[in-house]
Amino acid sequence: MAKVTLKGLSHSYLKTQSSDADWAIRGVDIDWNDGGAYALLGPSGCGKTTLLNIISGLITPTKGDILFDDKVISGLNPVERNIAQIFQFPVIYDTMTVYDNLAFPLRNRKIPEKEIKVKVHEIAEMLELSTTLNNRASGLTADGKQKISLGRGLVRSDVNAIMFDEPLTVIDPHLKWILRSKLKELHQKINRTMIYVTHDQTEALTFADQVVVMHEGQIVQTGTPVDLFEKPKHTFVGYFIGSPGMNVLPCQIKGNDVIVNGKKIETHQQIKKSNFNKTEVGVRPEFISFSNEGIPVKVLSVSNTGRHKIVDTESETGKIKIIAKSNEDIPSGSAFLKFKKEYTYTYGDSWIIE
Amino acid sequence: MNKTVNQKAWFFVIPVFVLVAFNAIIPLMTVVNYAFQETFGNNVFMWEGTRWFKQIMLSERFHASLGRQFLFTFIILFIQIPLGIAIALTMPKEGIGVPICLVLMSMPLLIPWNVVGAMWNIFALPDIGFLGHSLNALGFDYNFTQQIGDAWFTTILMDVWHWTSLVVLLSYAGLRSIQPAYYQAAEIDGASRWAIFTKIELPKMKKVLTIAILLRFMDSFMIYTEPFVLTGGGPGNATAFLSIDLVKMALGQFDLGPAAAMSLIYFFIVLLVCWVFYTLMMRNEEKS
Repeated sequence: MAKVTLKGLSHSYLKTQSSDADWAIRGVDIDWNDGGAYALLGPSGCGKTTLLNIISGLITPTKGDILFDDKVISGLNPVERNIAQIFQFPVIYDTMTVYDNLAFPLRNRKIPEKEIKVKVHEIAEMLELSTTLNNRASGLTADGKQKISLGRGLVRSDVNAIMFDEPLTVIDPHLKWILRSKLKELHQKINRTMIYVTHDQTEALTFADQVVVMHEGQIVQTGTPVDLFEKPKHTFVGYFIGSPGMNVLPCQIKGNDVIVNGKKIETHQQIKKSNFNKTEVGVRPEFISFSNEGIPVKVLSVSNTGRHKIVDTESETGKIKIIAKSNEDIPSGSAFLKFKKEYTYTYGDSWIIE
Repeated sequence: MNKTVNQKAWFFVIPVFVLVAFNAIIPLMTVVNYAFQETFGNNVFMWEGTRWFKQIMLSERFHASLGRQFLFTFIILFIQIPLGIAIALTMPKEGIGVPICLVLMSMPLLIPWNVVGAMWNIFALPDIGFLGHSLNALGFDYNFTQQIGDAWFTTILMDVWHWTSLVVLLSYAGLRSIQPAYYQAAEIDGASRWAIFTKIELPKMKKVLTIAILLRFMDSFMIYTEPFVLTGGGPGNATAFLSIDLVKMALGQFDLGPAAAMSLIYFFIVLLVCWVFYTLMMRNEEKS
């Protein structure tokens, strides 16, 4: 159990780096408290797995330090770091039984057989593997195998952190739910630092107390699921989280005024500086309503999801999506939109202006 | 679903059947023909029943060459398989070393059998060959043309040189197909190098190793050209393996009946060993 701190971490798979794109991750600073549940969220190729492998010690970072409980551990190997990691694809030892698979990490650490037995049975019980303990692991289905992988990660009780690298990719949707709530439940029970890497926002938001959103090797925002939803600090967070994602429209800043499509709109922030290459306004579809005045748009289509309606509209400078109540009347043809002030933000060069 | 019955489809099988008939069935049937009959030429045959089979099965000469054959095959498998795996494990996994190693490893495999035999014959000659001369200069009394031990040593060394590469290449392919996650997981599980080898690498290499062992068994069990060129089966009959003995009987002594019977017995031994070995190796695969 440990607090995990990353300081100025950068990593490149290349020998020399000439541009930002050559870095798999760059300038990552993180403070993760002992016993927290964290998620690393981002699209494929954003550097999540690299970051995870750096923490576990499978990769040595080009720059920066990793600290467990304020002690630098950058030079230690995975065994010395005493972490557990579960991979995207099930890793099982084919020739061993399920029991031996679960016992393997403990046996390697020379723990007495008696203790191993207790631990293995406890974990097997939790993952519903008890009935197959004596079967050969190679005969199981993909999700059975992944449960073993999970089990091997959870079986050691003294680990500093448990890391999950998209562990539910191969699991079918129904079981996904069950396993995810199992993990959550487990976290509350054993109270160990857990880091969960995923590209699935639902997975991240339901598992973690704190979500770290990564984009092109950088951390763009760290916060609770509510923070990420209500106040995205980067336009990427805006459209990566939420379904549909945030509407991002180009805007002009004149003095303290924000102008979209020639209309002045009100946003959450007070604008102090405006020397950006690109300025945009972001507002989630949930926080837009039809009105008698405001941004003029043309209604393109309406799709009813049952719970609500998603309306596609087109303004002068781009498409705007709106989420409306399922019983709301949607104007056809031309309409005007009003943005909710407290959830409308201005972005300069993709970052929120504060 | 009902299958469509169309007897015309048989026409498509005919070309293959003709081809296989010419290159396998007809020659094999000729051998079968000889194995049950006696001939004095001029296409005159007399039925002999199982006489040649009984004769071969009871012949000490056959027992001796079969024993030599099994010993030889066993020794080279015992050396080549572990050695091949060991070399594959030490080969580089990326970079310029990979193609270099692969080309170097493939070289012996590309040399024709009789050239290998001739090369080693000259290489091992006690007076002028590099190996033979060096060994004698170092104080060993080495002469593969006269001493049985030396003849075996040279034959085995030659085969190891010629064929270990095959095991290396197959093992290397098997090792490369193991996903990095397995090594990472093992590292995190705290597995020792030995545990990684026995619990991950060997099980994952099982299929290619089965192929490697089968190929090396069949090839070494049917070895002919290399020892024929190197030692000619000598000194005496010391390195006369089954094929060499068979050719001697068929072409040297023109004992076509016994030679044909021996061919069939030889053939069935190879078939039987391969079948038993393959079935044993794959027994667990089907279960899972």
